[in-house]
Amino acid sequence: MAQKTQQERILALLKRNARISTQEIADRLNLTPAKAEAAIKKLEEEGIVRGYTALIANDTETITRAIIEVQIQPERDTGFDKVAQQICKFDEVVSAYLISGRYDLHLEVVGKSLQEVAHFVASKLSTQPGVKSCSTLFLLKKYKESGIELEKEEKYERLKISL
Amino acid sequence: MSVSRSRCKTPSPRPRVAPHIAVLPKSGIRDFFELVNTMEGVISLGIGEPDFVAPWKIREATIYSLQRGFTHYTSNLGDLKLRKAICRYFQNRFGGIYSPETECIVTVGVSEGLDIAIRAVTSPGDEVLYHEPCYVSYAPAVSMSHGVPVPVLTKAENDFVVQVEDLEKAVTPKTKLLLLNYPNNPTGAGMTLEDKKKIADFAIRHDLLVFSDEIYDELSYIPRSPSIATLPGMRERTVVFNGFSKAYAMTGFRIAYAVGPHDLVDAMMKIHQYSMLCAPGLSQFGAIEALNSCDEEREAMREEYEQRRNVIVKGFNSMGLHCFLPRGAFYVFPCIQSTGMSSMEFATQLLQEEKVAVIPGSAFGASGEGFVRCSYATAMEEIQEALVRLRRFLKKKGLH
Repeated sequence: MAQKTQQERILALLKRNARISTQEIADRLNLTPAKAEAAIKKLEEEGIVRGYTALIANDTETITRAIIEVQIQPERDTGFDKVAQQICKFDEVVSAYLISGRYDLHLEVVGKSLQEVAHFVASKLSTQPGVKSCSTLFLLKKYKESGIELEKEEKYERLKISL
Repeated sequence: MSVSRSRCKTPSPRPRVAPHIAVLPKSGIRDFFELVNTMEGVISLGIGEPDFVAPWKIREATIYSLQRGFTHYTSNLGDLKLRKAICRYFQNRFGGIYSPETECIVTVGVSEGLDIAIRAVTSPGDEVLYHEPCYVSYAPAVSMSHGVPVPVLTKAENDFVVQVEDLEKAVTPKTKLLLLNYPNNPTGAGMTLEDKKKIADFAIRHDLLVFSDEIYDELSYIPRSPSIATLPGMRERTVVFNGFSKAYAMTGFRIAYAVGPHDLVDAMMKIHQYSMLCAPGLSQFGAIEALNSCDEEREAMREEYEQRRNVIVKGFNSMGLHCFLPRGAFYVFPCIQSTGMSSMEFATQLLQEEKVAVIPGSAFGASGEGFVRCSYATAMEEIQEALVRLRRFLKKKGLH
């Protein structure tokens, strides 16, 4: 198995816990804190790390989330990109992916209520130039995100001492 | 029935327990175990098993085997699919070729594998060399076979790698077998290829069998080197023991294996057949999945241990409790002689005053005195909290 680079190790640690201290990264990887700090700065400056966000369990009581799949009429030269970037400008759109299959874009959209999301889709999204059709799926419950299961399995108590 | 009951009541002049079993020491730190178990809020660095749960794929494959009704005996040697997977793994890892049909046996942990192997080769009075400090079962396993366990001490100054000069002093015409365990529990020592070559020369020179317990092999933090069994002249005299407990976090599955020359595996198989019949089938199906599809999970765990090792070693050394950088396994073995306490006193006071459990080195043989074993198969937050408490403990005693 190929050895990971130092950068990959730092990324893996940040992905698992973005609040990890620079000191801990340094200790784990046998670096000085200054070196670790510089490596993180470099990841940020190069745009590999774009931000740090919290993973919040089920906020569906206060926020309505929907997956919206969008069919797009691609344009000459820019393909799907220009329309997609245009759609990404809305704050309501929290993630967006180009996908294969019947639809072209997979969006995650948030709003304060079902009505608000529906209104956004009807008045803003589906009226965008280049958007041919939308399919809206409201999210009811979140089980796993970013590799983390939200319902933890029961922890087995190991023997306190074993040789 | 009535006869045996009356025997129980009437003291017989004959000893009920066989003398060679009666003299076996119980674990020397039983009282310490008891103390740990009565306390709440203990952070334990005394656990010799992974804190990870076995990867889901392994658990799922085990469940699936139940759903399909695989609830029967397997071949005495173990399911052939598993033996094939083991031999394929061994060949990929070390280039050593073993026949799944005749040179591989699936055992209930390496503990059982070593026990039956030692029983298979040891006649009364045969001497067996083992390096110390070491895992607690080696000497008793030899004694139970009426052999004579001969400890060879390893030293911190050699990073606990057994030295040929010391082996030479211990070897006699009666010596039949050398037990090796690298990466090592409790010291975290590991052998380089050069180290292994020297030991191989020694074994060949004295015509010894070598049983190499490589249960921690996948948890190595130095460049990988071949198993001693693959060095010239070693294959025919070496049995390699490995298993799934440490590398795949499968301790509760009790599943391991041995590969070696046919005559030795065949002899082991006889004992295994009459005492164990076969290793648990369910665990065998989990093990197949581990070998076939869990390389990435295994590597992720290894890397996490390696990073924790860096943290804990730095922590101990910064408190003046010297320890070398372990080459494998998940233990550090800091020297506590500077505190003036015995390892048992150190462990007991640390437990009582700061609720941190470590294992006194003396549990692993007299040569472990002056050291404590700390496992980093423990979540990082617990390791960090344990280091904070240790520092406070030493400070209170004016030792740091």
